[in-house]
Amino acid sequence: MQSNIPLFPESASSISGSVDQLYFFLVAVSAFFALLIFALVAYFAIRYRRREGRQARQIHGSTALELGWTIIPFILVMVMFGWGAGLYYRNSRAPLNATEIYVVGKQWMWKMQHPEGPREINELHVPVGVPIRLIMTSEDVIHSFYVPAFRIKQDALPGRYTSQWFRATKPGKYHLFCAEYCGTEHSGMIGSVYVMERAEYEEWLRSRAAEEPLSAAGKRLFDQLGCSGCHRERETSRGPALAGLFGTTAVMEDGRRVTVDEGYLRESIVNPRAKTVMGYEKVMPTYQGQVSEDDLVRLIAYIKSVQ
Amino acid sequence: MSGDTQVMGPREEPRTNYLNAGYTLQSWLLTTDHKRIALLYLITITLFFMVGGIFALLIRLELLTPQGDLVTADTYNRLFTMHGLIMIFFFLIPSIPAVLGNFLVPIMIGARDLAFPRINLLSWYVFVLGGIIALSAAVAGGVDTGWTFYTPYSSTYSGSHVVLMAIGVFITGFSSILTGLNFIVTIHTMRAPGMTWFRLPLFIWAHYATSIIMILGTPVIAITIVLVALERVLRLGIFDPALGGDPILFQHLFWFYSHPAVYIMILPSMGVISELVTCFSRKRIFGYNFIAYSSLAIAVLGFLVWGHHMFVSGQSIFAGMVFSVLSFLVAIPSAVKVFNWTATLYKGSIELSAPMLYAFGFIGLFTIGGLTGLFLATLATDVHVTDTYFVVAHFHYIMVGGALMAYLGGMHFWWPKITGRLYPELWARLAAVLVFIGFNLTFFPQFILGYLGMPRRYFAYPEEFQALNVFSTAGAAVLGLGYLLPLAYLLWSLKYGARAGSNPWDAKGLEWEIASPPTTFNFETTPVVTEDAYDYPGEEVAVV
Repeated sequence: MQSNIPLFPESASSISGSVDQLYFFLVAVSAFFALLIFALVAYFAIRYRRREGRQARQIHGSTALELGWTIIPFILVMVMFGWGAGLYYRNSRAPLNATEIYVVGKQWMWKMQHPEGPREINELHVPVGVPIRLIMTSEDVIHSFYVPAFRIKQDALPGRYTSQWFRATKPGKYHLFCAEYCGTEHSGMIGSVYVMERAEYEEWLRSRAAEEPLSAAGKRLFDQLGCSGCHRERETSRGPALAGLFGTTAVMEDGRRVTVDEGYLRESIVNPRAKTVMGYEKVMPTYQGQVSEDDLVRLIAYIKSVQ
Repeated sequence: MSGDTQVMGPREEPRTNYLNAGYTLQSWLLTTDHKRIALLYLITITLFFMVGGIFALLIRLELLTPQGDLVTADTYNRLFTMHGLIMIFFFLIPSIPAVLGNFLVPIMIGARDLAFPRINLLSWYVFVLGGIIALSAAVAGGVDTGWTFYTPYSSTYSGSHVVLMAIGVFITGFSSILTGLNFIVTIHTMRAPGMTWFRLPLFIWAHYATSIIMILGTPVIAITIVLVALERVLRLGIFDPALGGDPILFQHLFWFYSHPAVYIMILPSMGVISELVTCFSRKRIFGYNFIAYSSLAIAVLGFLVWGHHMFVSGQSIFAGMVFSVLSFLVAIPSAVKVFNWTATLYKGSIELSAPMLYAFGFIGLFTIGGLTGLFLATLATDVHVTDTYFVVAHFHYIMVGGALMAYLGGMHFWWPKITGRLYPELWARLAAVLVFIGFNLTFFPQFILGYLGMPRRYFAYPEEFQALNVFSTAGAAVLGLGYLLPLAYLLWSLKYGARAGSNPWDAKGLEWEIASPPTTFNFETTPVVTEDAYDYPGEEVAVV
């Protein structure tokens, strides 16, 4: 057994400090009320213990007290709500300049894909101080990407993308856990996030330079699968233009406006009939079963890169 | 034994009561007497508790070491799944309502039985049938989906006996619905003359609120389970994206029931606490109306918060915020109750009998459990602690530290009424203290483990988590001993306990005005109620 028992996790991201602050506030309020109740119960149990000749006083209640101990807790919990919701909202918005890393979870491993090319399994190397946005999906069941030291967690779902972001602030090696029960080796679906100094990270990237950048791999796949038959940089009669497409708002045939994000692109490849852009025929074949989640990540990375 | 005990001499013949009104198996298995049905439930849920408890023991033994070395991963996954399913559906949800509720609801309102005695018996048979099917699933190899059955793991990927277990839970749900139906109709239509709504014991208000949830919520889980089974068997694309389904839809449907379900588990226990605190401080409850309305508020608000189980599921941020604020709101009525129980002690005349020790244990542990719920309702902290041991600790504080302690307190309090026997008081107090200490040793370290980042449902974990896990397992041993003691001395008391009179606690309440044990029809003549609940003697003070 360890000689020193850890009682608090490391704080290694730009948000972990503020999450801990809120946590300590909650601990303080909880400790106060718990101790208050314990003390009152103990005090009353002793002070008003049963004694010969003394009767209880039958007190019906007190509207003032009831209002008091309804309103004060209400205010306190609203503070908790506001603080927590505000932090949560701010933490949900990835900085615009975040490096995007794709994560595909599957029973029972995590596959990471860096844009520069390196692929990792159960390990994620990142530079300190750089915001990283994880775009995640699952090949099978629901998993959850959890890095306690960063105080971040988000489920990875099959059939769609979810995302979360972090900016590591302290070099080191940190636990990565799957936090959504996913079958036999759920407890084995773990790994490490390695936060490195910039120079070290560049060195690490250079050592993996042989791996093809993600968008280039995507372009290769794009041509291989015949996508370029209908989708070019500029609009063709068969499919919308790719140049600058990502992030725009597309109008569907029924008038619906849809943001062209990773989820929309993925759906358009595996289930093209779900949404059809206004002005186009429903001629796109589905690629369901022909492309893996890893392939989809490459294709999407390519499409995102077309200016 | 308190000085108020009335003890019958050993040579007196026990008169005819509901226990000796017939000795045949048939008179028990075909009974419509709510009191006998309560005992049928008692035996059944105690057996389930022991099965669920053995699974818990195995879980804690495995977690003594960081490696998975006691059982295989698959076995462990089945152990925690079955532990959860059995404890929730086959122990906690029925416990107080089906045992104490069935026994006491008619008596407390001055009725001779529930509105539908045969439906009451039916509810037990339905429960047993569902239970047998669930146990068959266990014997056949069990289920490994977690009690939460998340899709698409449960609907497509799990190789375990999902459909069989689903059928078992589906059937058992009807037992809940029938019980809830019976209670609501009974409370509305069978109150004795003078028993107005605001003279009802708070135990009745609690069961009324619980019954609303049982009736409205249980059908949703029933249908959800059917959909999972259909997807598994017929490959319908409801939840599995590979078939065109939506896995988050399952979570919404599941939690729509399963969150109110936790209020099914806690509301009855709050009713018990109101009864214990008043009797053992010989005081009327402080703030009767507020406690009664809080029970209803919890039942209603409890249906509006389910999304707090889904903050990191892919649910929208906006939805998260709505569920977060509502979750804080539902905490307020519970806090109000804790304050009212504490205030009831003020200027009371307090006796620390075993039931009161359990009530105090409840107040302490439920308070901690409820406060830690705030950490989970807070969006930014929930992201870190959801799906970790923090959640495991939180719900065990409420369900075990809260509901189970109230159940034990209630069982001790009404044991003389149910059995006509007194239990040994010193052993009971010892057991209450052991349970309290063992419980805290088991589950408090888990809050720390959770914030450290130890995920739940892990059978192997990083080495640095071992010390806290060992601590927790040691506590579980003490807790287990604390549970075995009542089993032993309560059974002992059936044969050797002193005989109880009708009111060994000198308590207020219609159940204490009839014999212990009661006759089959409870009352010789229909009582007429003229007093408020808990109308103990002493100087009346309207408002502090």
